[in-house]
Amino acid sequence: MNAPIRRLSTFVAFLFATLLVSTTFIQFGQAKSLNAREDNRRTLLATYARERGSIIAGETAVATSVPTEGEFRYLRTYPQGSLYADLTGYYSFYGAGGGLESVENALLSGSSDKLFYRRVSDLFTGRKARGADVVLTINPAVQQAASDALGDQRGAAVALNPQTGEILAMVSKPTYDPNTLASHDLDAVDRAYKQLNADPTRPLTNRAIAGNLYPPGSTFKVVTAAAALESGKFTADSVLPGPAALDLPQTTASLPNSGGRACGAGDQVTLTDALRISCNTAFGWLGLELGGDALRTQAAKFGFGDQLTIPMRVSPSSVPAELNAPQSAQSAIGQYDVRVTPLQMAMVAAGIGNRGVVMKPYLVKSAVTSDLTTIETGSPSTLSEAVSPQVAATLTSMMETVVDSGTGTAAQIPGVKVAGKTGTAQHAVGAAPHAWFISFAPAENPTVAVAVVVEEGGDAGNEASGGHTAAPIARAIMEAALR
Amino acid sequence: MTVVSRFRPRRGRNVELLLVIAATAIVLLAYVNVGVATHGEVPSSLLVLGGGFLGLALAFHLVLRWKASYADPIILPIATLLNGLGLVMIHRLDIAQGRSIGDGMALRQLMWSGLSVALAIAAILVMRDHRVLRRYTFTAGLVGFLLLLLPLMPLIGTDKYGSRIWISLGPFSFQPGEIAKIVLAVFFAGYFVQARDALSVAGRRVLGLTLPRGRDLGPILVAWVLSVGVLVLERDLGSSLLFFGLFVALLYIATERTSWIVIGLGLFAAGAYAAYLMFSHVQVRVLLWLDTFSPEALAKSDQLAKGLMGMAAGGMVGTGLGRGRPDLTYFAESDFIVPSFGEELGMAGLFAILLLYVLLVERGLRTAIGARDGFGKLLAAGLAFSVALQCFVVVGGVTRVIPLTGLTMPFLSQGGSSLLANWVIVALLLRISDHARRPLPDPGRPSPIGDARTEVVRL
Repeated sequence: MNAPIRRLSTFVAFLFATLLVSTTFIQFGQAKSLNAREDNRRTLLATYARERGSIIAGETAVATSVPTEGEFRYLRTYPQGSLYADLTGYYSFYGAGGGLESVENALLSGSSDKLFYRRVSDLFTGRKARGADVVLTINPAVQQAASDALGDQRGAAVALNPQTGEILAMVSKPTYDPNTLASHDLDAVDRAYKQLNADPTRPLTNRAIAGNLYPPGSTFKVVTAAAALESGKFTADSVLPGPAALDLPQTTASLPNSGGRACGAGDQVTLTDALRISCNTAFGWLGLELGGDALRTQAAKFGFGDQLTIPMRVSPSSVPAELNAPQSAQSAIGQYDVRVTPLQMAMVAAGIGNRGVVMKPYLVKSAVTSDLTTIETGSPSTLSEAVSPQVAATLTSMMETVVDSGTGTAAQIPGVKVAGKTGTAQHAVGAAPHAWFISFAPAENPTVAVAVVVEEGGDAGNEASGGHTAAPIARAIMEAALR
Repeated sequence: MTVVSRFRPRRGRNVELLLVIAATAIVLLAYVNVGVATHGEVPSSLLVLGGGFLGLALAFHLVLRWKASYADPIILPIATLLNGLGLVMIHRLDIAQGRSIGDGMALRQLMWSGLSVALAIAAILVMRDHRVLRRYTFTAGLVGFLLLLLPLMPLIGTDKYGSRIWISLGPFSFQPGEIAKIVLAVFFAGYFVQARDALSVAGRRVLGLTLPRGRDLGPILVAWVLSVGVLVLERDLGSSLLFFGLFVALLYIATERTSWIVIGLGLFAAGAYAAYLMFSHVQVRVLLWLDTFSPEALAKSDQLAKGLMGMAAGGMVGTGLGRGRPDLTYFAESDFIVPSFGEELGMAGLFAILLLYVLLVERGLRTAIGARDGFGKLLAAGLAFSVALQCFVVVGGVTRVIPLTGLTMPFLSQGGSSLLANWVIVALLLRISDHARRPLPDPGRPSPIGDARTEVVRL
């Protein structure tokens, strides 16, 4: 009977070999795809078991992981509620999204290559792995002021340090409370997410850098003025035609002034005055004189068309190519198909304030590991030279007149020279205009540049204008920054 | 006249002692590992539990020294190690599910371990020669079939988790199939030793295969009907496969006829296929096996899927004991204890555990080869093969080699009846191996008639 027993042994060996193969297949071959499955609770728990780094503004954490008793070891909390929602984004069962939580996930979760040596040392010291903290360039006081000043009106506000490109404040309204999405109650998260997604006012969109780009309205006249001065054919005192309405060539249409009156005596106006009172016909005429390409080129020097990351992706602002004459005239006053983000308009103001040099905007100052080693430092870098220092100085003094005695007097700050430009952008027939204001202060050596947009006039509705609706908000933001 | 070369096989008791201590050390290390990983400290009960566990294994070892000194020295350490690792994993799952040691499953399992080892020791002490079992061949057969059918009885049989393989007596419940496995191995061994001559008589040749005579097909048909009955009535493919596999293997060893294997496999395949066509619960099992991650399958049960994800989470080297989440899978301590080990010890750890089983089974089969009597050969081979087959059914089930069934992993899984049965198997194998390796009484001793010439014709 020994021969069959030996054969049976071979069969047993075969059975176990099969098991070794099947085990290898699962734990080695399929492991990666099994771990990546969406319904894999272990993977989810593992992510929640690690202490995620905080997001810090000023001295306080605006997103932080708090240990909990439950199955999920850490709860992501946003102590300031919705104030920083458009910067932090959210961290939920559906993954991270809406801001730094997703774009800086590698640092926050600790999986970044930059943290490699730290992970190795954690392995040997047995220290609990923890993600790095991300420190923002945001000035909390300015952020708070921007949010308060905008109130419940739909719109956005951005404040930059013109000399460095640091983003001091970025607010988008309406917004949301990321705590509702970070909850460990799956059903509640599901409800909140569906509700936010279905909301027609798009609270999940950061209007300051993304969304359905705004027409800049008259704030774009600063770019047109820059193109005119850079061309060398015009100075601040050049006299331009400023009739009540400008005939547009090739069409039967005309471009009217908003008040329906001429901009100066004898339908004449200087470039400075045209900007001060926001004369449509004079700038429309400039658009015809300079041509669409010159406008486009000048806009590009301010950053239009660039794929910026701050590190969130910024929708590129644009001036359409191949404009015909009437389109050039409309574009010169920020209408037709010119589309911008509030961040881009803040960069225009900042570039002029910073002697023509546009700094690359950035939101993350540094990343700090839990043992306080700084592993990455955001530093100022030049994006472009938009205009020469002389032209910048000229534009600055022109923009000062806007605040001193023009359309933007609401932005005046006692004891500080403010340079600014209003905008009231028509965007749809019958709808209230978007109210714009861009500015920087102190004008001679600015430490803050601001862009504010209030959608569809905000509380003022059809009566809204950049000067009345947006300028006071910009003033509040600048005051907070200068304090 | 040839002189039979004589040698005294090494008893290996010292090796056994060393290995038992090593096995205990591994188990205690694992226990400390769990304590440190989950609570950050060495468990305070280490000395008491460790001492008790070592005492139990040493007691068995001493009994072997005393009563079965030629028994195989590898079997006891392997059983000790596997039993201990199972205890550690069950304890670890107790912690994960928030049970204290007092009302956890691990303590019950530890008590069952003690009881099982005691019973195994008693078996060694009482049964001085395994051949006495042969006397009870037909009693064993009757008891075995009754045990198999017990879960079908009203009142005591219970439907649990889709299978009807449990019986409940008051607060106790156990799977009689575990005991039936041993009793039936005794019956098959005894019966085949007796019937092997008849069963090996050649019948007609068909397609190069020598078939047995028609009248000898009776026993295999009975076994087949019974195993298909278990499959259909108790809804348990695992037990069914185990009993029929055991039967066919022993029939093959007894008769050395390949035709029995062909007939057996054919019958089983036909029976299983018919059951698949006729019964929805078999179809569900097959769906879960072939298409584990389809929405239809997940709607029925995500247990297998969760077990697979657990194993995947372990990867090559595992999360470490106490650091994974094996508790996310249902029955992580019994049917799915193998994925639990796969998750925390990784593929490497699972390989080591599987190789322990390979060694255990190999020692059992080696004992069968060395056994001097047909009954001992068949019994040892049957017991060893049943362990191998059970491992295959369980691990194959959780790694999608075959449809998942509700069997327990020998020694590892939580469950008293399973532990008891497997320690009895160990006792039987040890007893048979002692008999197989023990030198025969010295025939060289002078005896009064030893010198007498016995040749009838001198050449």
